[in-house]
Amino acid sequence: MSDQLTAHHVKLPDGSIEKQTTTLNLGPTHPATHGVFQNIIEVDGERIVSAEQTVGYIHRAFEKIAERRPLYQITPLTDRLNYCSSPINNMGWHLTCEKLLKVKTPKRVDYLRVLIMELARVADHLICNSIVGVDAGALSVFLYVMQYRELIYEIYEEVCGSRLTTNIGRIGGFERNFTNTAFTKLEKFLDEYPKVLKEFENLLTRNRVFMDRTIGAGPISAERALNYGFTGPNLRAAGVDYDVRVHSPYSSYEDFTFDIPVGKTGDTYDRFLVRNLEMWESMKIITQAYQKIQEFKGAEAEVYHADIPEYYLPDKKDVYTKMEALIYHFKIIMGETEIPPGEVYHSVEGANGELGFYLISDGGRAPYRLHFRRPCFIYYQAFSEMTKGSMLSDAILTMSSLNLIAGEMDA
Amino acid sequence: MSLTNDIIKEKLIEKFGDQLTNFEEPYGMLTFEAPKEMNLKVMQFLFDDETLRFQFLTDLTAVHYPNQKGRELAVVYHLHNLVDNIRLRLKVFTDINKPDIFTATKLYSSANWMERETYDFYGINFVGHPNLKRILNVDEMDYFPMRKEYPLEDQTRIDKDDEMFGRGGTFGFGTERNKTGETMAEEDKGNVGDKIV
Repeated sequence: MSDQLTAHHVKLPDGSIEKQTTTLNLGPTHPATHGVFQNIIEVDGERIVSAEQTVGYIHRAFEKIAERRPLYQITPLTDRLNYCSSPINNMGWHLTCEKLLKVKTPKRVDYLRVLIMELARVADHLICNSIVGVDAGALSVFLYVMQYRELIYEIYEEVCGSRLTTNIGRIGGFERNFTNTAFTKLEKFLDEYPKVLKEFENLLTRNRVFMDRTIGAGPISAERALNYGFTGPNLRAAGVDYDVRVHSPYSSYEDFTFDIPVGKTGDTYDRFLVRNLEMWESMKIITQAYQKIQEFKGAEAEVYHADIPEYYLPDKKDVYTKMEALIYHFKIIMGETEIPPGEVYHSVEGANGELGFYLISDGGRAPYRLHFRRPCFIYYQAFSEMTKGSMLSDAILTMSSLNLIAGEMDA
Repeated sequence: MSLTNDIIKEKLIEKFGDQLTNFEEPYGMLTFEAPKEMNLKVMQFLFDDETLRFQFLTDLTAVHYPNQKGRELAVVYHLHNLVDNIRLRLKVFTDINKPDIFTATKLYSSANWMERETYDFYGINFVGHPNLKRILNVDEMDYFPMRKEYPLEDQTRIDKDDEMFGRGGTFGFGTERNKTGETMAEEDKGNVGDKIV
């Protein structure tokens, strides 16, 4: 009876059930996939024969919206790209504007920016790595570290008043100075976090089950990774020590000493290790930045933005009391300050790779064209090549270790 | 670290003569333009040459200039030489009525999705692309939304009822309707300025 059924309905090859492949839709709402990505996977047993991935349609047309908006109103759009580390996107955008407007920022601003960007990087890597743990079945790690991301979010909150989509930057610096409470919280973070990170590593790095699950899963060679346009931790895991912070320093990164962790095989385990080591390096940078900031004395210690009234949004208090500030505020918000025509590409080392901004200005109130180079979008196309021939469960881990953020992919 | 913009420019001119035009250096990045049939030749040369080694495609996108007749669409490539750490920008212009450009996927795997995205938004037909279909928008769309003929709504328009967005309503802007039931444009009312009720 069963022979009849299979022969009739499935059309197996003669005498064999091994050659039958199944098409699986992994996502868009499958609990093991992140965001709204769909993976159409053809499996032979549990081995992947071929995979095709789609991005999912939460497209919000940021680039189109940006064509109608003055520079400042684009900041909230960049927040929502990689929302795990929105300060980096903010800073990247404002650095691009500063490059276009030829604005030079004071040293203290640069160091504050470095500080906040590295905090964001730690927060992002923490989430990514603990999610790799979740996808390998280790939920406790994720729940444990979540409360320590809070340490970072509290600092954001102290600096700008919000936690996730921070809107933290301004052209030329910050909206307000870092308060003493912010620095106290930073000290708390610097004091507590290394212990947590050590414990986090103890739980996973030499964990036998975790190693078995991740070593050799979803590898990519250095050559292929470069050809696929990989950057950031995913490229470094494959053995290429390319880091925008070192190779094209921005915001005074050249004043800091830190190492670039590099992996060998480019598999999931290496990506995990590289991110872990990068958190340690970020801690180094944060400590240095904090020391450098403390060296500023007197009036210099109060500097938190460049002196450029025509581009820097004035303090709200001044807007209500001073005519000058009111005029500048109005002109900036209505997009009537002059933006020079020109085209500029600027990139920063986002938490998961080179985040680039390509901005063309024709001298109008809004950019003529703005393009975001989003690292996630570029990684994800390699997914089918990385998972071909591997097990289905490895594909899940590969996907989470690439650190795909839906908001960034669909910009 | 001896490769400079001047050397790159010299080598390119030596190889391609005066076919490459519009050499510029906005904000320090070498920018030039190639004829659209030659984009692959130029990129292949940049990729293979022993001193140039532009083997990393950072970014690929397009720009629409509706006023430039016969060369409305520009495809912009950002290439990166990771060894000498130098970037350049290559532009290719095409007619909007026949937007055919050779694909760079054979050279750079990363071009695959970036070209699909560019096709999705600007309708540039990348000749030889293995899978040229929409990526961020739905397949049923029959237009290319990032072109300039589809502008976003002007945020200063007042001829519609947008009380929910902070305009109109109590001030009477955009709430009055004409005989056919449509909202009236402010200039048609004849009461701009002094007697808004």
